[in-house]
Amino acid sequence: MATPLTLKELSRKEELFTPGHRLCAGCGAPTVVKMVLLATDYPVIASNSTGCLEVSSCISEYTAWKIPWIHSAFENAAATISGVETMYRSLKKQGKISDEIKFVSFAGDGGTYDIGFQSLSGAMERGHDMTYICYDNGAYMNTGIQRSSATPFGADTTTCPVGSHIPGKLQQRKDMTKIIAQHGVPYVAQCSPSHWGDLMKKVRKAHEIKGPKFLNIIAPCNRGWRTQSDDAIKMAKLAVETCYWPLFEIENGVTKITQRPREKKPLIDFLKPQGRFKHMFAPENEWMLKAAQEHVDAYWERLEKEEACFAPPAPAAAEAPKVAD
Amino acid sequence: MSGTLRFIQGNEAVVEGALYAGLGFYAGYPITPSTEITELLAERLPKRGGTFIQMEDEIASMCSIIGASLTGKKVMTATSGPGFSLMQEAIGYAVMAEVPCVVVNVQRSGPSTGLPTAVAQGDVMQARWGTHGDHAIIALTASNLQDVFKLTIEAFNMAETYRTPVILLLDEVVGHMREKVIIPNEGEFVVQRLITSVPEGTDYHPYLAREDGRLPMSDFGGVHRYNVTGLVHDMWGFPSNDPTVAYNLLRHLVDKIEKRSHEIARYQEHRIEDADILIVSYGSSARSALHMIEKGRDSGIRIGLLELNTIWPFPYEVVRRAAERTEIVLVVEMNMGQVYQEVRRAVKTDRVYLVNRFDGVFISHNDIEKTLNVVMGRGV
Repeated sequence: MATPLTLKELSRKEELFTPGHRLCAGCGAPTVVKMVLLATDYPVIASNSTGCLEVSSCISEYTAWKIPWIHSAFENAAATISGVETMYRSLKKQGKISDEIKFVSFAGDGGTYDIGFQSLSGAMERGHDMTYICYDNGAYMNTGIQRSSATPFGADTTTCPVGSHIPGKLQQRKDMTKIIAQHGVPYVAQCSPSHWGDLMKKVRKAHEIKGPKFLNIIAPCNRGWRTQSDDAIKMAKLAVETCYWPLFEIENGVTKITQRPREKKPLIDFLKPQGRFKHMFAPENEWMLKAAQEHVDAYWERLEKEEACFAPPAPAAAEAPKVAD
Repeated sequence: MSGTLRFIQGNEAVVEGALYAGLGFYAGYPITPSTEITELLAERLPKRGGTFIQMEDEIASMCSIIGASLTGKKVMTATSGPGFSLMQEAIGYAVMAEVPCVVVNVQRSGPSTGLPTAVAQGDVMQARWGTHGDHAIIALTASNLQDVFKLTIEAFNMAETYRTPVILLLDEVVGHMREKVIIPNEGEFVVQRLITSVPEGTDYHPYLAREDGRLPMSDFGGVHRYNVTGLVHDMWGFPSNDPTVAYNLLRHLVDKIEKRSHEIARYQEHRIEDADILIVSYGSSARSALHMIEKGRDSGIRIGLLELNTIWPFPYEVVRRAAERTEIVLVVEMNMGQVYQEVRRAVKTDRVYLVNRFDGVFISHNDIEKTLNVVMGRGV
């Protein structure tokens, strides 16, 4: 019997990702992991690619993980869990194991969008029964804030530094959620820790679906985003409310927006509090704000159209009774 | 020498050296402890009219510098252990296709993710044999930042001269420590790329060596159309299964470097003229070795240091000569004896001892002294 997704019930549940890790104060990643594991009512085995989460959650004789956890290299969390999951299926077939175990990979955006993309794509295509979770903080934060292909347009990072030559990152971020959806996997979703109910429901749903699943979860990083250390959830919420990070799922090719903001806020509400976008508010960079907003608008508009494609048809008007001759 | 006095980090000294040598294209991917090279070049290279690009991984970094080098630019990438592992296939490609490029590996402890922020010199053999197949390679190293600056320029010079990848094998201590460096305004020797004199419309043979063994280049996509491949190829660059072509190509690839090891050897001798005991060391380990020399000399031990700046091709002759009149040789390094084995091959004496650390802690003169005392029969 699954634990009801209420704060009261969840607060009684054992946390499988414990406090005491060495992630920065205010980091979004541990909150994401905690929610994912709290939503999981099965025994779970995780692989974790190199990154902030890996390096800070298991230091010397301490670990924050109360589950079997394997740190792969940077580029192959999905391949590593593929091996574990395949052997599990084999052992199950041989009757040597009977437990229903869930397999999860955790990786940051660098380990997902860039160096780990090949490994992830391979695992999705082979069809392993696993859930790959990207905690997306939009840059290589572990090595000191370098751009990744998840870094939003305009952001200032150490490898796309704002200066005389460029005004921050000039490319738009890669749309990883839809790229994985295009692999034809049964379930992908975009989530945010600010909408914990939505996030946990999606984790639950993923676990109940057989085959490869992908969850892309925004995880604000106050160091890289240059925000306050107590506003990760606030920033995640603004990302959703401005439609920078729409919450949606694609199940068997059918797109559904799971949380529609009551009022779509202007993107600057999300950009303004972040130091990495400060230069975009200079008068000469007005075009950047416009370009960023246009990109978000176009994405949202398209998402709505995609959803509408699959919406149940409006009830047809009652057919006029045939008049007998 | 007129120049600018700077107090900088080792990784920054690499950047200064590369810019001095005329770096035109840099591709990188962040990894501790080499990230500063990528970050600094992201900012500085475009201002010099050069091109910086961050790639999706180290395989891509290595491949893109190969592509850019062929178009006529001096190129570099920088990484550390795990990234260096990923680059290996493309390093072999650069060896085979004779593409000049500089690969900086700021070594950290391994294998795998290892100790990302801790020092090690465990990639000496990987620099030599990390990529598959018979081949020769050049690897340089340095113990102080003035030398880092100078050897970075040398790395570019050798890459251009021998049309080969050159590995600049630094380590975490050298990469992250700060020290005084004089960046000269001019005066360091910089080798320019040798461009073919074959005119447009005339057959150009990209892999036909001149009498001196050098292969003039033609900017890829420019006036000459030619083929580049990682397959065994003839002088036109076309793949061939002919055993004679294969034999001659491999001989050429190895001989152009191994037979010129005396030209490539860079080393420094400290008080070896009357030494009874010789220390052989390199990279940051050589700093502690030098400290030991001074300390030993103060207490009357006749001890000298041979610091290697060229690791590959291994300067066997240099080591043999330096050890000629000493009975005892100590090899000081931060791995399990990768250069130690080469020194044993080079010298006549059997009394070659390894002083090492591979626990992520920087080797100190105390570590050396302990072994020295035992070797000299002074007890522990």
